[in-house]
Amino acid sequence: MAATFELHDRRESARRRAPLFAPSTQRRAWRAASLAACVALWQLAVHFRLSAGFITFANVPAPSDALPALWSLLHSPKLPMHLAASIWRVLAGFCTAAVVGVGLGLAIGRYRAVEDTVLPALEVLRPIPAVAWIPLAILMFPSSELSMMFITFIGALFPILLNTVHGVEAVDPRLVATARSLGTRPLALYTEVVLPGAAPAIFTGLAIGMGTAWFCLVTAEMIAGQYGIGYFTWESYTLQNYPDIVVGMALIGALGMGSSVLVKRLGVALTPWYRLQETRR
Amino acid sequence: MSSVAIEAVNAPARVNVRALSVEVGPPHARLTTLQGLDVDIEPGQFVCVLGPSGCGKSTLLGAIAGHIAATEGTIAVDDETVDRPHPERGLVFQQHTLFPWKRVIDNVAFGLKMKGIGASERRRQATELLELVGLGGFGAHYPAQLSGGMQQRVEIARVLINRPRVLLMDEPFGALDAQTRRMMQTLLLDIWAKVRTTVVFVTHDIEEALFLADRILMLSTRPARVIADIPVPLTRPRRDESTLDPAFIDIKRQCLALLRDVA
Repeated sequence: MAATFELHDRRESARRRAPLFAPSTQRRAWRAASLAACVALWQLAVHFRLSAGFITFANVPAPSDALPALWSLLHSPKLPMHLAASIWRVLAGFCTAAVVGVGLGLAIGRYRAVEDTVLPALEVLRPIPAVAWIPLAILMFPSSELSMMFITFIGALFPILLNTVHGVEAVDPRLVATARSLGTRPLALYTEVVLPGAAPAIFTGLAIGMGTAWFCLVTAEMIAGQYGIGYFTWESYTLQNYPDIVVGMALIGALGMGSSVLVKRLGVALTPWYRLQETRR
Repeated sequence: MSSVAIEAVNAPARVNVRALSVEVGPPHARLTTLQGLDVDIEPGQFVCVLGPSGCGKSTLLGAIAGHIAATEGTIAVDDETVDRPHPERGLVFQQHTLFPWKRVIDNVAFGLKMKGIGASERRRQATELLELVGLGGFGAHYPAQLSGGMQQRVEIARVLINRPRVLLMDEPFGALDAQTRRMMQTLLLDIWAKVRTTVVFVTHDIEEALFLADRILMLSTRPARVIADIPVPLTRPRRDESTLDPAFIDIKRQCLALLRDVA
């Protein structure tokens, strides 16, 4: 019993330390200094053309090259085009995956017949990394645009689907029984009980899916794209615009993180009761 | 205050259980929890079901609610055979069956929403019921913000809004501390005095059964049979002093002996 309390307390304090409260100014300064030190080390490594035989910084662009490159990209008319292309593909792939994943997950989690019909095929496909689909996707879809969306879709689908199934299966059967004895019909059972009950797990899946969607998109763009941030990064390599590689990487990171945070925020806003329940336990 | 919603209650129902057998579990490990059970409950009666733990008390309740199918025999509520759950047979579990994502008022109003009643009307009725269980002003809270006893009051209000003709309660106060439990028992009796529905109340607490019931059904170990049908002729309204009544103590002694024999 004591052990459980202790564990609980530790979790509680961990939560408090996390982004809930802003860290003190001193700690913030320390963190900023750590970041600055990393950049400085990078700059030094490039400046002295650090080379250890198996790794070399001789060809790596320095931060002092990357910053101007970023600046000029931010003013370039090509940036909105690249951004729009990538964001549109991610949105299309991710939204399709969300609809399919949540829809299938709700059915699979509730009905054994659906599970036995649909899940075996999905289980076979699941371990195949989305990136491995690229050659086949190019063959399957006449439009390279569609093939990239498809890769993004595949990447986002499985985390969303599996988390939804898990969330639905974890809905307390007594809540379902209670709802039924209060006069709930099968369709309303989904909207009133199963969907809200699984919502926290679904949003976890969506946030993970958003991350994998960006990961898969960038890879797909490097191979099949003509616009997009991934394409931009790869093109910079082939054109030997090395500072732009770093800029592309940074943009990909920012977009992936930003959209994941957005999904998480949305989840928190839509399930206000969930945090209450967690802190109570 | 407790005007429309409460007084327009449906007439309490008669419950007839005939030769009821229930088997549960997967096909290779069938367990007969009830066998050849006969129970008749008069309209408006408050019946407590007592028995050793794991004897099938909850199974009986689940079967009357319509969640558990009878393997043999029948259950009829006012001569209508039970084959599925129905809002007129309200079921209250021990704890944690409020919808955590709905505010208290929407939990209470849930049954009316399922009947297709408009938002303002169902909120009005839910507010009335919350007042009845002493939780006026807590409508906007989420269940996780309430104590265990308050959550059970919400449960009761949520079931009562459907104007059940039978109220089925599965150890509803089992998880509460002794003081809260007695408070809830008194509250339940007060509500029952106004609502006058038939109540089937499962408990393993002899004192609770005596305090609440008109009649106690004592079940045997699995497969459960009725081994004693004990009337509780104590006067109502019952208060704390009722538990000191010689008749109370006498029946309690009788129940203890019976439980000792079956266990």
